Amino acid sequence: MDDNQSILGLVEALKHREISAVQLVQDCFEGIEQLDEKLHCFHETYPHRALQAAESIDGALEAGDEPGPLAGVPIALKDNIVTSFGHTTCSSRILEDFNSPYTSTAAQRLIDAGAIVIGKTNCDEFAMGSSTEHCAFGEVCNPWDLTRVPGGSSGGSAAAVAARLCPGALGSDTGGSIRQPASLCGVVGVKPSYGRVSRFGLVAFGSSLDQIGPLARCVKDAAWLLRIIAGPDRRDSTCADLAVPDYLNGIDQPPENLRIGVPKQYLSDKNEPAVNEAVYSAIELYRDLGAEIVDIDLPLTEYGVATYYVIAPAEASSNLARYDGIRYGRRAPLEPGEDLFDLYAKSRAEGFGPEVKRRIMLGTYVLSAGYYDAYYKRALQVRRLIKQEFDAAFEKCHALLGPTSPAPAFEIGAKADPLSMYLCDVYTANTNIAGICGISIPAGFAKVDGKHLPIGLQIQCKAFDEATMFRIARMFEASTDYHTKRPPGIGDAVMRGV
Amino acid sequence: MAERLSLDEVRHVAKLARLRLTNEELEQYRSQLSAVLEHIAKLNEVDVAGVEPMAHPSDVTNRLDEDVVGESMPVEQLLAIAPAVEGQFLAVPKVLGEETGP
Repeated sequence: MDDNQSILGLVEALKHREISAVQLVQDCFEGIEQLDEKLHCFHETYPHRALQAAESIDGALEAGDEPGPLAGVPIALKDNIVTSFGHTTCSSRILEDFNSPYTSTAAQRLIDAGAIVIGKTNCDEFAMGSSTEHCAFGEVCNPWDLTRVPGGSSGGSAAAVAARLCPGALGSDTGGSIRQPASLCGVVGVKPSYGRVSRFGLVAFGSSLDQIGPLARCVKDAAWLLRIIAGPDRRDSTCADLAVPDYLNGIDQPPENLRIGVPKQYLSDKNEPAVNEAVYSAIELYRDLGAEIVDIDLPLTEYGVATYYVIAPAEASSNLARYDGIRYGRRAPLEPGEDLFDLYAKSRAEGFGPEVKRRIMLGTYVLSAGYYDAYYKRALQVRRLIKQEFDAAFEKCHALLGPTSPAPAFEIGAKADPLSMYLCDVYTANTNIAGICGISIPAGFAKVDGKHLPIGLQIQCKAFDEATMFRIARMFEASTDYHTKRPPGIGDAVMRGV
Repeated sequence: MAERLSLDEVRHVAKLARLRLTNEELEQYRSQLSAVLEHIAKLNEVDVAGVEPMAHPSDVTNRLDEDVVGESMPVEQLLAIAPAVEGQFLAVPKVLGEETGP
């Protein structure tokens, strides 16, 4: 790829003073100025703050200091990752004016590494959705076709990276919310293993499923970002006490005696034909590169969405109980005679959008007296079986290969029926259910109505084996050029200083 | 197709969830949630006899921290983000001496 525009390329160029951090930040804001009125990736940007940070990084670099492994690199954050500056809204009316009193661990680690936070990106409200249409402040458009969705819920982050508004971004993934928009926008997106990245300061949705992860334009950039944000954190007791490997070390070497598993359920005839063709081509490529292809049977794949849409709403209904109009967030005005119950019920009714209400209702129902065993307990039992199915599969192979999404980007408004939207998660949700890791990488295009729509390839590996996942992803990327393609009209104007 | 949820059930769930919904919303959620529950009923096809529920992917339990005083967030900073305060306290509608729910 045009390596000097990758994060790693920029880090080198900045270090060798071929460009300045100030110039780079200005270029980002110029791109946002030009394109974001149409795309609507950003809810809020921080030009003043970012330029100040860039000046300080430039000063340090000029002085020959080492201001960190991301010194001067502009990064966007999904608007559910809190920072002590600016707002964190989760794209929700209920947090429209919310200023977090603290900064999330992941964002702080980026800042400590010298990255410059340029803004917060729009998402589905509270990360609930697969299209970024459920954003209280307006939907995000796909840079490849403005009439289509960017995927979701991290749609703003994915579209911003695809449109070259910034070289990298963070998202969060509860059932596919990083990988699916990465797939639909033609960028790389990583869902780390559960516990790899601290959730401290990630606004909670489904606490046993949520992970923060990077979106970038190539595998190495994503690996570099993950290494920086990952690792133990005493402020998240579910964050694993495991050292984080240097993912770039050996990333260009294919794993020895590589065995890649292809679950037959992943190549369903319900997928768009272009998606299956892209996956078949990827299988052939890996075979040509010397991998042994292993047939895998994952019969529980089709139960993932049902399991997910019990567990995630159940956890969400508990987590979102905190939005009560009392301690922070929106409070509805009361009429005479109304009491505390009305305060809760009105504030929440005004503050939450339709999809969030729907999931709170669903979660409340499956946890309510008389239904708990039938729905929640059963879903947790199926969850264990899904985990065991993956465990058995990873005895036979290093990684599982398949599509990230059953179809490329759909038209805005096309999935008004909630269940049809939920079924977008069919290949991604099980990754979160089992706690393993997954990556989506650009793997082709579907030609629809004269437009090129990106297709993503998902590679899943066992928990905490991101290093192998990156090496396998890199094999494909090094042999293909899909990740270098730009959406129409996205040219050199952006980051032209590079 | 018979709906899996009655309107009364939806109304009850909305009350449990502390959401004041319009009649239109209640009707809409009744039909949409019924369709989702119909899909979720697929889980009944899976044999789960004797399977231990898995609430969490991580094996970590009760990780203990040193019992030492650490940094706390300043009270003023937290009060500053509250929608209504009185002095050092969060302000709420009167809850004692009257009915607190319908």
